[in-house]
Amino acid sequence: MNDLIKLLDKNGLVFAFLIVSVIMYLSYYVGKKLTNNKIPGAAIAISVGLIIAYFGGEKGVASIPAFSGMAILGGSMLRDFSIVSTAMGASFTEIKKTGFIGLVCLVLGTLIAFIVGGSIAYAMGFQDAKSITTIGAGACTFIVGPVTGAAVGASSAVIAISIAVGVIKSIFVTIATPFLAKKLGIDNPQTAMIFGGLVGSTSGVSAGLAATDLKLVPYGALTATFHTAMGCLLCPSILYFIVQFFLP
Amino acid sequence: MKIYGVGILAACFLIGHILGDYLGKLFHLTGNLGGVGFAMLILVVGNDYFKRKNLIPSETENGILFWSTMYIPVVVAMSATQNVKAALSGGWVAILVGIIASLACYLLIPVMNKFSKNLANPKK
Repeated sequence: MNDLIKLLDKNGLVFAFLIVSVIMYLSYYVGKKLTNNKIPGAAIAISVGLIIAYFGGEKGVASIPAFSGMAILGGSMLRDFSIVSTAMGASFTEIKKTGFIGLVCLVLGTLIAFIVGGSIAYAMGFQDAKSITTIGAGACTFIVGPVTGAAVGASSAVIAISIAVGVIKSIFVTIATPFLAKKLGIDNPQTAMIFGGLVGSTSGVSAGLAATDLKLVPYGALTATFHTAMGCLLCPSILYFIVQFFLP
Repeated sequence: MKIYGVGILAACFLIGHILGDYLGKLFHLTGNLGGVGFAMLILVVGNDYFKRKNLIPSETENGILFWSTMYIPVVVAMSATQNVKAALSGGWVAILVGIIASLACYLLIPVMNKFSKNLANPKK
């Protein structure tokens, strides 16, 4: 048994290919046979991923020996590499059409997430500007939260909450998007770009879109990646000063 | 050859990340500002240009397309390696803020969608 774990750990990436392909096969089978294609196989597969992550630790399932390769396959390098490759199917004319409105959405999405996040934090008993700013930033994405927290000097407990906020957002967006897509009109490149810019959370947006319609992934992912950049720019600077003004 | 496509993809990825890093330093932030977005823009613009001139052999294109089909599997692995336990133990603040902030952004999608359509056809 120990030898097997050692072998799987050593060949982690290859083992991860096997695990993910089995998850994909079963999820697509269930999606097709049991839900009659009502729930996309990709959405089931991603949810299965989240569920097995719960049984792991800090790195999800990759914290369990023998499963360490999942962290390579799902790590930021390969994730970003494959996100970039989806741009191959994107049309430049479509992107140009939504360029300006995309930018508006980026700013608006950051502001809304920050205000809503900060207000709830205030209502739930956080009184100081540093904590409220950090939790509000976490409502943008789980990268903006810790970046902002470190910049304004928030406590590590608050930074941990801000990461949790961002991860919950990304999980929620992943699961909710395929169900809400039709109602919100996310079925064309323009709306996908608006969606990515407003909601941010690259992992949530692109996973949610992948489960909705693979063709829309590059458009949503493109604006979503700039959302994190926008949050990192606005939250620790101008938004922090505004919060400080109200809560000295 | 397929590897040419993979190479092009790698070049776009790295150039994008260098730009993102540079932008991050410019604003005195640790980390990468929109590197993936820049890389995607480079690939989209490059693809648009070279396709019109018919300069990309389909084998090269397949090298890039392979990675885009790997996207969902990679996302599945990514969700399996999230710190789900900590996210759920972040308490009610984390859960409430995460879900309500997302919903607020969702609500704006139809509004912005309408706005963008009006912008495209001002007569309506």
